[in-house]
Amino acid sequence: MTTPLLDAKGLTLRFGAIPALIDVDIDITAGEVVAIVGESGSGKTTLLRVLSGMMAPDAGSVLWRGQDVLAMGEAARRRLMRTEWGYVHQNPRDGLRLAVSAGGNVGERLMAVGARHYGNIRGEALSWLAKVEIDADRIDDLPRTFSGGMQQRLQIARTLVTQPKLVFMDEPTGGLDVSVQARLLDLIRSLSRELGLSVLIVTHDIAAARLLADRILVMRRGVVVEQGLTDRVLDDPQHPYTQLLVSSVLAA
Amino acid sequence: MSTTLEGYNFAYLDEATKRMIRRALLKAVAIPGHQIPFGAREMPLPYGWGTGGIQVTAAILGPTDTLKVIDQGADDTTNAISIRRFFTRVAGVATTEHTAEATVVQTRHRIPERLLREDQIIVYQVPQPEPLSRLEPRRTETKRLHALADYGLMHVRLYEDIARFGHIAKAYDYPVMVNGRYLMSPSPIPAFDNPKMHRMAALQLFGAGREKRIYAIPPYTDVRSLDFEDHPFRPIRAPHACALCASTDTYLDEVITDDAGGRLFVCSDTDHCAERQATAQEAAE
Ligand SMILES: Nc1ncnc2c1ncn2[C@@H]1O[C@H](COP(=O)(O)OP(=O)(O)OP(=O)(O)O)[C@@H](O)[C@H]1O
Ligand SMILES: [Mg+2]
Ligand SMILES: [Zn+2]
Repeated sequence: MTTPLLDAKGLTLRFGAIPALIDVDIDITAGEVVAIVGESGSGKTTLLRVLSGMMAPDAGSVLWRGQDVLAMGEAARRRLMRTEWGYVHQNPRDGLRLAVSAGGNVGERLMAVGARHYGNIRGEALSWLAKVEIDADRIDDLPRTFSGGMQQRLQIARTLVTQPKLVFMDEPTGGLDVSVQARLLDLIRSLSRELGLSVLIVTHDIAAARLLADRILVMRRGVVVEQGLTDRVLDDPQHPYTQLLVSSVLAA
Repeated sequence: MSTTLEGYNFAYLDEATKRMIRRALLKAVAIPGHQIPFGAREMPLPYGWGTGGIQVTAAILGPTDTLKVIDQGADDTTNAISIRRFFTRVAGVATTEHTAEATVVQTRHRIPERLLREDQIIVYQVPQPEPLSRLEPRRTETKRLHALADYGLMHVRLYEDIARFGHIAKAYDYPVMVNGRYLMSPSPIPAFDNPKMHRMAALQLFGAGREKRIYAIPPYTDVRSLDFEDHPFRPIRAPHACALCASTDTYLDEVITDDAGGRLFVCSDTDHCAERQATAQEAAE
């Protein structure tokens, strides 16, 4: 077995009486897409935040290529977040600079890691806009003039431009029309394959998980009740909650 | 000292306040370009009149100093005159309009054209010390960005200018990196003056009264204007010769001469221009 890129064990976090995470183990290897599914409030976003070092757990460990993420200084964590990691927010407004042009949004991470050649930055921005199917002539427009789906594609371009190895995605298709969602999922799938990306994606959508994910984790009230290969979990769910989740989708 | 006002401590501020400001100045000199908070005092002038610069000047002035005050390059504006008069009355120090004679130069908007020397100090009046303030309004966040030297955001701003205007449009208060570490606002001097800050022989001190910040550049420190490799920084000046002294390498002000749209370009540094005119006159005689 290959050693995981990210390896977390025993993650526990309570908000007062609310158990957001209880003894969660999760790992992801290079090029793997792992989906986290579960009902609202089950701790999915909290898990992403803890794994990406944005929030400290009460207990547990998170290792990135053997390095202790929780013990890392803020400078090191931020550097990781703009080089080897990326984070795609559910609401593109949380992940974009709305007062900065599309090209500036894509270029920011390049500039943050030291790119100082305007022509090259612009060239990269154009090539990434093309990858996420945004017309080149929108490069100088502000994201607020974009549709929700375009904003989300812009956020993805902005995140992937520095070629991260692992991307955290928190319901990247939430709030979009169904047809737009489908195209965005296709895009995420093809980019992750093309770039050999590891993706940890939170979704409510079982169909999306089936389309994208190699593996699935099912969460309920802070507990991972079931995990395994996507087809196995969805075709032969073991835990009653997973069975309910899968059947309710089939029924819908 | 007979000409100074009775009842005030030397240079207006009490000794404890001066010591507090000097401590902040020492810290500032130790960490070039880094903003140090200080307990700014109320001054008998409103904010916007250079209260930050005045407090710094008051804290460093000694009885044997000679003070020059520049406002927009000139010594004879209301603001410059009133600050000079203030220090004449509360400190009894000598004042001058000649850069060469000054030991302390307090300035708003310009750096003198004449090279400053090691035995001189220049004090800048600063309205907004935080170069990232317009990009990131939260001070806790800008503090963090400075701590991590995370300045990509400032380059995004310059990128946006080039994308929109074809060049970096910032003509004043053009951001600089000090000693390769801290991003710093040079105060609203023209970008033309930025290169003068680089490895300047004189100590450079910056005071922001309303924002309660002090920062500094020790002598001979590297000061680089931000730019891109393919859009290098250019110190822009009006492409004319001074109408009074014929200089082609000084910063010029445009002056309207009549109602018919007549205009002239003259040096903004009035002392430097007068000196050049005098030299030319002598040579002619
Ligand atoms: N900062 C916080 N303070 C207090 N409680 C919190 C905080 N963040 C999350 N919680 C609680 O922790 C639990 C898990 O929240 P989390 O946001 O991780 O759920 P989620 O699975 O992402 O839900 P959703 O699908 O609605 O986004 C919820 O009960 C939530 O109310
Ligand atoms: Mg959530
Ligand atoms: Zn002149």
